Amino acid sequence: MALLPFLDRSHTIAKPGFSRWMVPPAALCIHLCIGQAYAFSVFNLPMTKLLGITQSASGDWNLAELGWIFSIGIFFLGTSAAVFGRWVEEGGPRQAMFTAACCFGGGFLVSALGVYMHNLWVIYLGYGVLGGCGLGLGYISPVSTLIKWFPDRPGMATGMAIMGFGGAAFIASPLSVWLMAKFSTPTHVGVAESFITLGIVYFCFMMVGAFIVRVPAPGWKPEGYTPPVVEQKLITKNDVYVYDAIKTPQFWLIWWVLCLNVTAGIGVLGQASAMSQEMFPGKVSVVAAAGFVGLLSLFNMLGRFFWASTSDYIGRKNTYFCFFALGTLLYCTVPWAGSIGSVSLFVLCFVIIMSMYGGGFATVPAYLKDMFGTRYVGAIHGWLITAWSAAGVFGPVLVNYIRQYQIDSGVPKAQAYNVTMLIMAGLLVIGFFCNLMIKAVHHRFHMKPDHEAIRAQMAVDAAGEPAGA
Amino acid sequence: MASENQSGSNTLQLILAWGFVGIPLAWGVIQTIENAMKLFQ
Repeated sequence: MALLPFLDRSHTIAKPGFSRWMVPPAALCIHLCIGQAYAFSVFNLPMTKLLGITQSASGDWNLAELGWIFSIGIFFLGTSAAVFGRWVEEGGPRQAMFTAACCFGGGFLVSALGVYMHNLWVIYLGYGVLGGCGLGLGYISPVSTLIKWFPDRPGMATGMAIMGFGGAAFIASPLSVWLMAKFSTPTHVGVAESFITLGIVYFCFMMVGAFIVRVPAPGWKPEGYTPPVVEQKLITKNDVYVYDAIKTPQFWLIWWVLCLNVTAGIGVLGQASAMSQEMFPGKVSVVAAAGFVGLLSLFNMLGRFFWASTSDYIGRKNTYFCFFALGTLLYCTVPWAGSIGSVSLFVLCFVIIMSMYGGGFATVPAYLKDMFGTRYVGAIHGWLITAWSAAGVFGPVLVNYIRQYQIDSGVPKAQAYNVTMLIMAGLLVIGFFCNLMIKAVHHRFHMKPDHEAIRAQMAVDAAGEPAGA
Repeated sequence: MASENQSGSNTLQLILAWGFVGIPLAWGVIQTIENAMKLFQ
């Protein structure tokens, strides 16, 4: 990045007097934009009428083809976070945020071109590949910076940023609908113009975050903060190198903990509207079901801040114990709520489940920091994001297929989700035991003081070796 | 005096930065709550 030196880590070191409370808004600038991915579905229906305008015409895309845009985006979110995690960590947050802004904003512009040309492959490339890389880089870019600024409250700090990701759809959804209404004419659906506008707006918004963000000076500590003297077994003072971390059983246990927690939540989130109407026929209308989905999204967002902040006091492991134990109990309660026809109990169960779904995402960076130290936490978090990608496939598939199997077997629609709920509870029980097995990382994985020098020398040696040696 | 100025500018920067992200988020949350209320009507 010699062309743009202001992006370098060295140019982002905070001067004395800089308030660390400037960093969460910087992170929110990124997460409030990239979280738009959750609201991308608002474009699906209008994009099925690009040629027919009022209804789908021959040659128009169908919903199944359009569904791949989001799936490709989520796949590249996980892949880019894993592949570029180390680069993000070593290059600093501003460089990563700038790149994420270019990819995410650029993804919208390329997609607008795809809409204009009516070529779906260009949209797959734009929003799916390019935008997906922006999602991945943006998601992990502020994590380690926040943890370094808030060593006293790492859960709360990362919870604030990741809360933004959950809340972004609240802004993106009405904004996208409003833009399409503005740009549409009787002969034209305003999707391309909305993409261009969103691309530019999101790029600018994310760049504000890139300009605000700072990393603390080496050795900086919050005023009055003294690191705990009493050693806690599950909070290390050592760092683990990213590629050593993924060799540890702890990493893979946390991977399963996240994957199972997300699988249990994501499938329900996708089917919430249909589920509420089918479990309570005549009691929950289409409009009320939409309200229920909104309520779940709200608790998904609030849970990110609440649970991550709580984890600073009760510990990460205990927080996940809460998710798994309480989640299991609530999933087992849902069929009973359906059988007695209690909509209130059903809603109460799911808003708590959704808060823990969001809380799982927001608490995990601090869990990684506790296990592997702060040096490569962003990069390790990048690898862990693959658990989310996997859960994004498992969750909806489980819920949809089990429901369909039940209906095909003659089970009434109102009871078709009962088995699914019990399977979700079973997944959480497995998650509980994975969490139980997490112990401190063995000291042989800890970075030695001269680790960086050895790695640099190995890179030089490898570059100097003749081909085929 | 220099320290007072720095503190003043910090406070202003903090208000601007939090307002920049907080206002759109609050607007989105209000929209969502309005929609969610339909569940209880």
